[in-house]
Amino acid sequence: MSDKRLPGNTLASHKAGRTVASAPASIWRRTLEHRSFLAGSILTSLLAGMALLSLFWTPHNPTRINIRQRLASPSLEHWLGTDQFGRDILSIIMTGAQNSIMVGVVAVGIGLLFGVMLGLIAASAKGWVEELIMRVCDFMYAFPVILLAIMLVATLGSGAINAILAIGIFAIPTFARLARASANAIWSREFVLAAQAAGKSAIRITWEHILPNIVSVIVVQATVEFALAVLAEAALSYLGIGSQPPTPSWGRMLSEVQTLVFLNPWLAVYPGAAIAMTVLGLNLLGDGLRDVLDPRLVYKR
Amino acid sequence: MKFFLIKRLSTFAATLFAATLLTFFALEILPGDPALVILGVDAPDSAVAALREQLGLNRPVTERYIDWISHFLRGELGVSYTYSVPVSELLRERLAITIPLALMAMALSVVIAFSLGIYAATHHNRHGDVLVMGVSQLGISIPNFWLALMLILLFAVNLGWFASGGFPGWYAGWWPALKALILPAIALATVQGAILARFTRSATLETMREDYVRTARAKGLNRRQTLWRHVLRNAMISVVTVMGLQFANLLAGTIVVESVFALPGIGRLILQSIANRDVVVVRDIVTLLVAMVVIINLVVDLLYALIDPRLRSSDV
Repeated sequence: MSDKRLPGNTLASHKAGRTVASAPASIWRRTLEHRSFLAGSILTSLLAGMALLSLFWTPHNPTRINIRQRLASPSLEHWLGTDQFGRDILSIIMTGAQNSIMVGVVAVGIGLLFGVMLGLIAASAKGWVEELIMRVCDFMYAFPVILLAIMLVATLGSGAINAILAIGIFAIPTFARLARASANAIWSREFVLAAQAAGKSAIRITWEHILPNIVSVIVVQATVEFALAVLAEAALSYLGIGSQPPTPSWGRMLSEVQTLVFLNPWLAVYPGAAIAMTVLGLNLLGDGLRDVLDPRLVYKR
Repeated sequence: MKFFLIKRLSTFAATLFAATLLTFFALEILPGDPALVILGVDAPDSAVAALREQLGLNRPVTERYIDWISHFLRGELGVSYTYSVPVSELLRERLAITIPLALMAMALSVVIAFSLGIYAATHHNRHGDVLVMGVSQLGISIPNFWLALMLILLFAVNLGWFASGGFPGWYAGWWPALKALILPAIALATVQGAILARFTRSATLETMREDYVRTARAKGLNRRQTLWRHVLRNAMISVVTVMGLQFANLLAGTIVVESVFALPGIGRLILQSIANRDVVVVRDIVTLLVAMVVIINLVVDLLYALIDPRLRSSDV
């Protein structure tokens, strides 16, 4: 797919790197021509738009119960029908988008902030500090996120915040490893040596030279982690240890309707499709960003 | 190699040790008194106090940790508060479902991944490749528990080929038991297979660009021979590594998917034990699961180093 856009001699353009391939004009051309980036942006904007819209308008009140209209089929009034309590499904799905975005932003925020910080510290400190940070990250990798979340929830009680915390903590080692690896590569470049020779402190070098150069990699990872967070939150809410009623959540919708799939199968289709579309959009966006922001990586895919 | 081995083994031991510490002390702050859980909230204070004494809950935390870990290492697991049976017995019962399920899912995902990944790599940039990449992208995005629900909808509700959940037990015969695991295994394997297929594709593509592959072609092997003798054998090394690393994900997925199909496996046991504040069960099982993941990662690392000598000296 994406490899097509490269000129025939991939190795040459790979070596030429940034200077040739990323003149400002071509960034926009690459962006618009990149199919997965385009598809990803559309899906992600759809999600964001849905969440924004639901902040001040939904077709119906997503929490209003109307037993007389329960399990209604799709109609002009209820585009996607109603659930077992007669609530409008489209409205719940729209409001559920808020929840997914909130979870994604906070969890990725936690992972990114602490992860990048740890990674940068590891890369600039070297020695036993680096070793310690990386071993702790290895250790955290051994805990599957669901298990970590279950334990955290068991200790601190069920709730959206604990689930988000668990997902965020799990993202820390991923960001830390990525930040360290990318930062190490920058640390060995000549301009950093020059900055060192000029007497800049490690903190200043990290802030002025390292961080700006690894931002694009981090942004790409953040997009992918966002998708993972949405998936994990849905799974936790499905298990009943994520967000609690009455906050609309796609994962919990699925667990609530599980026994009703015999009556109305569509109830189980919508929330899952919403999750899948969101995750797909974010993954495509991440893939697209990776290619658009760093043409050198295209060769490797 | 020796240095690598020592370093890797010490990391392994440290990881396990830290995991036991984390699990033990996280569960220490778990709200709810186990004695109250066993006796019920209405129990007289004297009975609760006596049971606390009997369970050893009044002893210092460090002492209880050492006690637990020394028993654990000798394979002596605790006794469940709620079920009043040894954890080892519960474990045997539940693992008899989770392990076959995980193995079936793993095998299925390998079949999916290898056939799709190799096909895509050999048809690089053609329609087949684009299709496989698109389908696998979709596969990665689908939550496995939703896929599980959809499978129930299609194969249990509409077609009636399978039961919608539950497990008849192995004594019901191997076919009914296996049959109950087929849909869950497909739900787990689709997502895993999609991830692995992408890895297989990129690993195969990368190997196809190696010099020795060109040499093999130059010495007169045809494309098929080169693919099987040189490309796949080398590409598979990294694919198998990823497979090992994905094992933790597979286990986590099992917890959720078991819930969808109401399978009495390890995942259900953990969830129930946490709901019941059954610290003994949670502690032992979480530690065992983490140990399983860590051991598999260790084995993968060691095998990798054994196969690929370049890795032994580098910083792993």
